[in-house]
Amino acid sequence: MLSRVGETLYWVSRYIERAENVARLINVNNMLMMDLPKGVSTGWEPLIDIIGARTAYQETHTDFSEPKALRYLLVGKDNYSSILNSIISARENARTIRDVIPRDVWEEINTLYYYVKDNQSEGLSKRGRFAYLKKIIGAAHQIFGALDATINHDVGYTFIRLGLMIERADMTSRILDIRSETLIVSEEAKPFENIQWISLLRSLSAYQMYRQEMGVRVQRPDVIKFVLHSQVFPRSIMYCLQEVKALVGPLPNSTEIMVSIDKAIDELKADDVGVLKKGYLHDYMDQIQIKLASIHNDLAELYFLKPPEQSTL
Amino acid sequence: MEIDWKAYQTNGFFDELIDAKGNVRTHGKQLAQFFSNLSAEELTKARSVADLAIKEMGISFTVYNEGNMIDRAWPFDIIPRTIGKKEWQGVEVGLKQRVEALNLFIDDLYHDQKIIKDGVFPKGLLEKSVNFRQQCVGINPPNKIWAHICGSDLVRDGNGTMYVLEDNLRVPSGVSYMLENRSVMKRVFPELFEQASILPVDDYPSQLFDMLAAMSPRPQDKPEVVVLTPGVFNSAYFEHCYLAQEMGCELVEGRDLVVEKDDCVYMRTITGLQRVDVIYRRIDDLFLDPEVFLPDSQLGVPGLMRAWSKGNVALVNAPGAGVADDKVVYAYVPEIIKYYLGEDAKIANVPTYKCLDPVECDHVIKNIDKLVVKPANESGGYGLLIGPKSTKKEQQATIAQIKADPRNWVAQPTLDLSTVPTLESDGITPDGRHADLRPFILSSGKDTQITTGGLTRVAMVKGSLVVNSSQGGGSKDTWIVDEEAK
Repeated sequence: MLSRVGETLYWVSRYIERAENVARLINVNNMLMMDLPKGVSTGWEPLIDIIGARTAYQETHTDFSEPKALRYLLVGKDNYSSILNSIISARENARTIRDVIPRDVWEEINTLYYYVKDNQSEGLSKRGRFAYLKKIIGAAHQIFGALDATINHDVGYTFIRLGLMIERADMTSRILDIRSETLIVSEEAKPFENIQWISLLRSLSAYQMYRQEMGVRVQRPDVIKFVLHSQVFPRSIMYCLQEVKALVGPLPNSTEIMVSIDKAIDELKADDVGVLKKGYLHDYMDQIQIKLASIHNDLAELYFLKPPEQSTL
Repeated sequence: MEIDWKAYQTNGFFDELIDAKGNVRTHGKQLAQFFSNLSAEELTKARSVADLAIKEMGISFTVYNEGNMIDRAWPFDIIPRTIGKKEWQGVEVGLKQRVEALNLFIDDLYHDQKIIKDGVFPKGLLEKSVNFRQQCVGINPPNKIWAHICGSDLVRDGNGTMYVLEDNLRVPSGVSYMLENRSVMKRVFPELFEQASILPVDDYPSQLFDMLAAMSPRPQDKPEVVVLTPGVFNSAYFEHCYLAQEMGCELVEGRDLVVEKDDCVYMRTITGLQRVDVIYRRIDDLFLDPEVFLPDSQLGVPGLMRAWSKGNVALVNAPGAGVADDKVVYAYVPEIIKYYLGEDAKIANVPTYKCLDPVECDHVIKNIDKLVVKPANESGGYGLLIGPKSTKKEQQATIAQIKADPRNWVAQPTLDLSTVPTLESDGITPDGRHADLRPFILSSGKDTQITTGGLTRVAMVKGSLVVNSSQGGGSKDTWIVDEEAK
């Protein structure tokens, strides 16, 4: 497997996973806003924070009103993480390795691109939004499903899975971070605290699985524990890290990087995350994101194509 | 309203489907019958299914326009072009003869240059050739083959006689569109392929791979064959991907490859360096190796020519093969065939005036409004002047260019290119459009394979003679039909 191809596969899957996550976030926020009374709602601001775009957003926008924030999240040209830009990046990356990707998968990515681009007005309208986002989420699942079923499960597939897992863990940490930070706990919002935690779980498609696995009512410590520590929920940070570990193990020259992955897992296990209070949770999530970024950097250093001037050959 | 072939006008041209009396040719009978049974709605629907298939399959090509890169869907017409199997077998023999002679010619030019010493080919022409590579002199590529892949453009004149219009020996493109056109047609009209006796075209990628593998310097079970592309911004990128995918080999860019101290070529992989045996390169000579050619080329691989000249890697087509891909050399192909094979050319050249010859040059300048004038080394229809369709100003500009460098120009009479029924923009009325045909010839030195038919390119604008995709041309599926099959 060419280094360049491994790297590109990794990014294709990160971008698709990112688009799917943003689509799910918007969808859930939409639902939450319908349930919360006026004045209690957190609006669209937290979503801009989740994708880490507050500064960039404020340079070109004066407020976080629905039409502006939504346009930015869905199709914003200047938003690197907008759904449309993620899909464009996924498609452009896929285009450079069309020879490697199964033809049906390429067609799925291509079709998704045209759908997202040509139906923007659906996504921006209140009525069409749900169907538009659902279609995007479904297409992402279909792409990963088709990859799983049709591509050789060799080292190339390892990089697809790695991109998927690292992006997913990163997004989970961001959603948990921002959603719990902005949770409204004022007296008048008290009756709605529960539905906000449910909404957090829903942003991760985790509500149903939480119920099955935890068997308790939705409350802060258990939600945090589930999202961080679950061994069985495929979006939990622990699950993603263990998957990364299993993927990296068989790769050549991976002894050193395995040490840092093991360390990240052990530290996460050891921490009693349920008791993390507001503020501390935020710092904790920061640490997790730094660890993920460092795993990414190690992978890039070891396996990806280096720019000519840094080439060691 | 169904298609009524009786109402179809050939307007005095040779039409590929309908003869001068208005009757359908034998090889087109099933096709004509099938289309005349389709209702207007069915036709419209078929066309939109084809358009959608092309969009979803991502069949595209890239055009450069004022510095912008545009990824365009491939213009496609749903009425196939048909050729009878008998006639095609004759064409195949002629193409083999031609490519065999061209390979002998190229090998001679880089060795003893007997053809020049014997006074058949002018020395001055070689000296001024921009595609002759001094660096290739004395090199012996495997089996003495330089032009492993040749795309020759065939046209018919008003009488239906087939001519070779040009030979593309550098990095001929278009074969992926030939293959994709067929798969689009199968999606749109599956029932047609059950009824008619159409020869398949799908063998090409495996034939290509076999030919490439046969060039490997290391005889072994599975030689490492790669396709070298300039990258995603190249107009033929779609094809590079397509062929690599179909052959199951790596698609590499220059930066993926490195020539090590042992003068062998390696690719950079997840597990380290891996030796490469055969490179099907889709990069022009001058960008191949910055150590030898353009020093600032980012597309190539430093040291590649060194590895090739030592026989450690095969390059396909060989560097320098383009010397025979030149519209002036073209004019000498009948003499070249005679010289090396002692035979007359089986497929004729289009009569060509060489501006190098003062008498012929004078004729070209005087009759420029009646001729097609071509620069020797441009492809894709750039720089071409079609006399009858040009303005006085354009003619004067071309005359000035001819006078400045007569060697670089040739001219041909405007051919009444044959037409093929093509759906008009209403989507239901067929009308004649001019077309050519580009078959691809694979030579390994041991055997020669020719595509079944080739890529039919068609001028989508009525009366236009320019079929290049970069100039607004489209294409059709091409059928070689066995007229005798039951």
